[in-house]
Amino acid sequence: MSSSPLNILDFEKPILELEAQIAEIKRLTAEEGTDRSAEITALEEHRDRLMAQIFSNLSPWDRTLLARHPKRPYTLDYVRLMFDDYMELHGDRLFSDDKAMIGGIGVMGNHQMLWVGQQKGRDLKDRQFRNFGSAKPEGYRKAMRLMKLAEKFHRPILCLVDTPAADCSVGAEERGISEAIARNLMEMSTLEVPVIVAILGEGGSGGALGIGVGNRVIMLENAIYSVIPPEGCAAILFRDPNRKIEAAEALKITSQHALELGVIDEVVPEPLGGAHRNVEQTAKALRETIIRHLNELSTLTGPELAAQRYDKFRNMGTFLCEELTAVTE
Amino acid sequence: MANTGWFGRKSKNARKIARQTVDALPDGLWTKCPKCNEILFNKELEKNLRVCGKCNYHFKLSAYDRLVFTVDDGSFEEFATELRTANPLNFPKYEAKLAEYREKSGLDESMVVGRAKLAEIPIVIGVAEFGFLGASMGSVYGEKVTRAMETAVAEKKPLIMFCSSGGARMHEGILSLMQMAKTSAAVARMNQAGLPYICVLTDPTTAGVHASFASLGDVIIAEPGALIGFAGARVATQAGLINRPPNFQTSEFQLEHGMIDMIVPRREMKSTLTKLLQFGYREAANVI
Repeated sequence: MSSSPLNILDFEKPILELEAQIAEIKRLTAEEGTDRSAEITALEEHRDRLMAQIFSNLSPWDRTLLARHPKRPYTLDYVRLMFDDYMELHGDRLFSDDKAMIGGIGVMGNHQMLWVGQQKGRDLKDRQFRNFGSAKPEGYRKAMRLMKLAEKFHRPILCLVDTPAADCSVGAEERGISEAIARNLMEMSTLEVPVIVAILGEGGSGGALGIGVGNRVIMLENAIYSVIPPEGCAAILFRDPNRKIEAAEALKITSQHALELGVIDEVVPEPLGGAHRNVEQTAKALRETIIRHLNELSTLTGPELAAQRYDKFRNMGTFLCEELTAVTE
Repeated sequence: MANTGWFGRKSKNARKIARQTVDALPDGLWTKCPKCNEILFNKELEKNLRVCGKCNYHFKLSAYDRLVFTVDDGSFEEFATELRTANPLNFPKYEAKLAEYREKSGLDESMVVGRAKLAEIPIVIGVAEFGFLGASMGSVYGEKVTRAMETAVAEKKPLIMFCSSGGARMHEGILSLMQMAKTSAAVARMNQAGLPYICVLTDPTTAGVHASFASLGDVIIAEPGALIGFAGARVATQAGLINRPPNFQTSEFQLEHGMIDMIVPRREMKSTLTKLLQFGYREAANVI
């Protein structure tokens, strides 16, 4: 799937062209035995400069495309790389096992923990199997069942968020998708174990927040976190889905914006060019950040953890008081 | 109306003209039912709690009308009135929108909260105002709901929320999403305090509000025929939702699927709430 034109974003093209050129020269070098290292070095330097230039000027819409990049690592990719050992657990004990919401136990250094997260699919068949990463009510209930398990055994919880939105099919409505998400929001606020939320790709609205109430919320550099997809906002507010670039700008959906608005605690940097260009490096940075936060939280008691989480979300929102002095709680 | 025979029916066109004539009548005398097109005399409509006498269509109520119809006369005492909406994202044209709706609705925001009495029982009550930007939940809406819950906990009172919302306030971006977590967490505090929390879902209660505090009541009531669901109409259209059953996302649909306790017509709302409060409030009194 590596070189299909469908898997390349417009702004990635010049870089990939250069890389193809470099690879070609390297191949010729190997075949003919001539020394072209100077040429290669020059081209590589040119590529690095170009990448730095392109990736320092990404618009919010570019980042949306990166967050949805077909080659972007998904939850299981990180689970495999970040945990020394892991195991998946299944089912909500009520209706079924949601393939879009996965979870289990894992070992990360000294930490035994429970993890849950949305899983997207790679190819067409896999995408359908994973319902495009859109969890149904049974998915949120499965996540809650597992989180309660963690609480019972006093283990920290890691939530890996990557979903365009919760499923909104007729079946999801029939089984109470709203109730499932609402209950998760309420129950997560009372958990007496550390909860760390990492937004990996798309943080799509209520579907993301349904496993997003944590003591710490961290976000990969090119992930997005939004109340509505830019296309949806453009269609509803601007009455024109084609104004998505503008909507992405207005909605302030990038990791940097989320940090400035106080919605997340830390941005985890990605390798130049995005997480998909070096999955191992991204997973390593993520793992180190998670362990650091877990260590920090380990000094708090159960009730203190619940209180810290409550206060954190209690104070979110910006409004003015009648004296018209800005209050950013 | 010239072509109306003694036995004949009005032609379609004549009926249309008749309707237009009614639409052109001076404001404040007549209202046309949007469901059955019946022309309703406003005084009758008010007496009937703004419910169509012919087809039982429940008109949307403004927040203050709702309070007049629900709580004991003169008992309502609003709080959190000092909160004003900011524009934290510098979202284009947001201030103008707010000004427009303040003018239109006479309110500062889409949520009204306060203390009141219902059948002599002291309560905390919140009412959403659909006429203000579709009762979308932004920072102020979320803060007011949370303060209502915190007040209920502090004063050991039951809480009644008349919910309505088109969804999150997009103009406040991710901050509006966070109001879902904030209000739901506040419900947990009510539960810990053992206080009754009754949700009344009115037309329409969708998206972010439905997927947070509106789905967490000890008892959830809906008005007949209300639109209730997760995906708002326009979002569902965007997502290409197909094969919707005819009653999809209505009060009746939600009752059928076990998501609400009951559907209560407006004229029985007060007596129903009273019975529920009498059941739950004794419990609350024991906590004190």
